[in-house]
Amino acid sequence: MNWIWSNLDRVGELMLVHLALSVPAIILSFVVSVPIGWLAHRYRWASGVLLSLCALLYAIPSLALLIALPVFTGQRATSPVNLVVALTLYGIAVIVRTAADAFDAVERDVLQSATAVGYSTAGRFWGVHLPLAGPVLLSGLRVVIVSTVSLATVGAVTGVQSLGSLFTDGLQRGIQAEIIAGILATIVLAVVLDGLTVAVGRMVMPWSRPGMEAARSSSASPVEQADAA
Amino acid sequence: MIEFRGVTKQFPDGTVAVEGVDIVIPPHKTTVLVGSSGSGKTTLLRMINRMVDPTAGQVLIDGTDVATVEPVALRRGIGYVMQNSGLLPHRKVVDNVATVPLLRGTSKREARAHALELLDTVGLDRSLAEKYPAQLSGGQQQRVGVARGLAVDPNILLMDEPFGAVDPIVRAELQQELLRLQEELGKTVVFVTHDIDEAFLLGDQVVIMQQGGRISQAASPVEILANPADDFVADFVGARRGKRALHVTEVDGQRLVVDADGRPAGVLAS
Repeated sequence: MNWIWSNLDRVGELMLVHLALSVPAIILSFVVSVPIGWLAHRYRWASGVLLSLCALLYAIPSLALLIALPVFTGQRATSPVNLVVALTLYGIAVIVRTAADAFDAVERDVLQSATAVGYSTAGRFWGVHLPLAGPVLLSGLRVVIVSTVSLATVGAVTGVQSLGSLFTDGLQRGIQAEIIAGILATIVLAVVLDGLTVAVGRMVMPWSRPGMEAARSSSASPVEQADAA
Repeated sequence: MIEFRGVTKQFPDGTVAVEGVDIVIPPHKTTVLVGSSGSGKTTLLRMINRMVDPTAGQVLIDGTDVATVEPVALRRGIGYVMQNSGLLPHRKVVDNVATVPLLRGTSKREARAHALELLDTVGLDRSLAEKYPAQLSGGQQQRVGVARGLAVDPNILLMDEPFGAVDPIVRAELQQELLRLQEELGKTVVFVTHDIDEAFLLGDQVVIMQQGGRISQAASPVEILANPADDFVADFVGARRGKRALHVTEVDGQRLVVDADGRPAGVLAS
């Protein structure tokens, strides 16, 4: 425990580095997955191929990917760019099916009625389909946040600094507290990012709050309440 | 006036939804399309705002073939109300009502102000304006749907089984409300239902459709009951079954109207 208190600076610094690796990967995988998910939703024939390919990404061993990536990115083996690219690929693998499901889950009735009252194709996507897919997209994003923050530690093995460096360093020098500090810091980071995302989600999508259904039954007309009783 | 001329719709899989329909829907009246599922009534309705395009024939609004009108612009000029209200769950009630004016470029302030007036028109309290559709009862949602359909003051209002999903008491309420509104507004209403009672209650003209999308009879409710075009119509409206084959019987000096099974339908007012 003493180790943690005397090295708080170091842990805090690595948390920021870790954040700088994870956040771009999380955002990139989300931004890439949403259009892929939409394509899979829109074109049935493409959905099998797209979803299988994306799921296969996850089967690539992370160490092998980190070692192979510099060949494609042209970066040094220890460059954080490789790690961000690898994390993005894994993120896509995690979220793309959820993205397709998110678009599938929007009620056909609502989409049809949007068309019927005069939404254009593009207007309907941005104004109706995408926002209504939001809650499911958000749940996918939350999984990616947690998995990316945790996976980013693996970079330490190939020399990319992150909270994972506390694992490798602690292991080499036999400092157990350092390893525990790394685990705790990773969890704290994941929980904080997840909490922030949920809070932002509630702000942007106030209509998706749990409890909307409860509100509905309590505001039902007297006639319907009598009916239910 | 809406006119169907030799309209046929065959879907790519070969199903014929509507076949050779000729009909005139008069302005400022309510025309009800009624039939069982698979009779093509909804398909017919959707041809008016080009949600469905016919494979043969023409649909004309005031003499203009709708096929020559850009669909999105066409739809923004026609009111549309559907089952389960079809409201946008992520927009507040007031914004749902204002949807089409906003799409047409009306300023947000103006559209919202007008939307509040429309809530009055359909008998909803303005305090509901800031709620989300899921916080409303089914009947209230349906009223919001009607308000949205009226938002651009369209000449034509299409209603696709709008009261199909609410309980009978609320449905009766909504039907009366629609009759009141129609008295005031005089829209050209095209209403789809599978409920013949609803059709007779609301329709100035009732169009009875049968399987395969053909029209059996189009006439006023009185005309249909008096002169059903064929056995199918007579069966469909219940003229031959118990329900509408009423006769008068005297019980304790009161003249009761009873159906074929002897169940009382009412008292004869002399």
